[in-house]
Amino acid sequence: MFLPEPYRKIALDGIWNNNIVFGQNLALCPLLAVTGTATNGLGMGLATLVVIIASNGLISVTRHLIPNEIRIPIFVLLIAALVTLVDILMNAWAHELYKVLGLFIALIVTNCALLGRAEAFASKQPVRHALWDGLMMGLGFALVLVALGAAREISASGTLFANASLLLGESFSFLEVTVIPDYKGFLLMALPPGGFIMLAFLIVGKRLIDQKLAERKVPVAVLTPVNAEE
Amino acid sequence: MKIDPATVEHWKKQAAIYKEFVINWLEPANLERLRPLLEFQTGILAGFALIASVLLGVTNCSTEGTIQRRLQEDLQNSLAEVVPADLYDNDLLQDTLTIPSANYNIGTNETTVYIAKKFGKVTAVSFKFTAPDGYSGAINMIMGVDRDGNILGVRVLSHKETPGLGDKIEVAKSNWILSFVGRSLDNLTPTQWAVKKDGGEFDQFAGATITPRKSVQAIYRGLQLFKEHQAQLINP
Repeated sequence: MFLPEPYRKIALDGIWNNNIVFGQNLALCPLLAVTGTATNGLGMGLATLVVIIASNGLISVTRHLIPNEIRIPIFVLLIAALVTLVDILMNAWAHELYKVLGLFIALIVTNCALLGRAEAFASKQPVRHALWDGLMMGLGFALVLVALGAAREISASGTLFANASLLLGESFSFLEVTVIPDYKGFLLMALPPGGFIMLAFLIVGKRLIDQKLAERKVPVAVLTPVNAEE
Repeated sequence: MKIDPATVEHWKKQAAIYKEFVINWLEPANLERLRPLLEFQTGILAGFALIASVLLGVTNCSTEGTIQRRLQEDLQNSLAEVVPADLYDNDLLQDTLTIPSANYNIGTNETTVYIAKKFGKVTAVSFKFTAPDGYSGAINMIMGVDRDGNILGVRVLSHKETPGLGDKIEVAKSNWILSFVGRSLDNLTPTQWAVKKDGGEFDQFAGATITPRKSVQAIYRGLQLFKEHQAQLINP
């Protein structure tokens, strides 16, 4: 982490501290809907990443034009128009990719994380900060999607990144791994309840790590005055 | 046509004035003064809406043809999956016939049949159909049938069945759908056109019976549709 401020803080917030899922508990609808497999999670993550960078940039550029009273309708209008544009252009010019990601693109409209970032960050910050924030928030979201997708896929069917070559092309077929051979399958994890359960485990895991990190810091703070007295 | 240099000079001056006006107007301080005004807010909202709709309209119109072509290619690929290439030498997308299908509960009231011909003789037909009653929505399929009513191939085009359970109807996930090849109304009795659980010939999936059951029933109805129009279809 050798980034100058505020880029360092934005990066840490986006990926860990204020992560869209762990920190803000936003975007749970697309999160739980598509994370049946790690590949789907990755697809949704990539699509969201592109759109959130574009929407953050667009809103930051026009932030002086947008009156406070009508900011929400304008944000919604911009995001919806952007998502529709991406949808149409991808359908026309990247049709193979669209057949895999198309479903996710339409779901991004319902992703309140975009509106959240527009409202909380992009509308108040210069363009380069907003773009960086979009990139980091998008990455953080994609990481959670892949982690949740991987955890559910392994526990449900014993595989990891199944059908990744359909999404990324044949050269990525090395990602497709059978983690547990001859696994009988644990159906619950592929179904929506499994998504909730696994998400709860991930959130608990994140909280535990945060707790450990905080504990490690406390003794240092307490010890310093003691040493000073000696 | 020769343009008077004085006119050009005049236009340039005008353009510079407008440019300066826009730049001044876009100054954050000026915008801050304007933002609370109701006229400005109305105008901005209308402006954003106008730009967004023009952009979307232009994009939609300019990509419509391309998207249409892509969808045609998709259809061509699906047709190639269910009708072997050596059975025809015509363009399936051009050689079509529309037949009424309202009585067969396959999703549409009219079905477009793509007719495969070799040396001018009909060898097979292909058509899309739908099981409207899948476990979580419609299951869209396409089927190829030879002129005697034997299935050449069936593929699922799109569905919303449970991932990991019902999605075994896709050829990418399992080869269940291949078990229909060679089946017809003649070599199976109506009771055999069902999943094994219902006393029929076709496997169901562990944990998912409804998806394969409804698929089998829809394929059966598709064959009945073909049979009703067989004479018309194979002798156009």
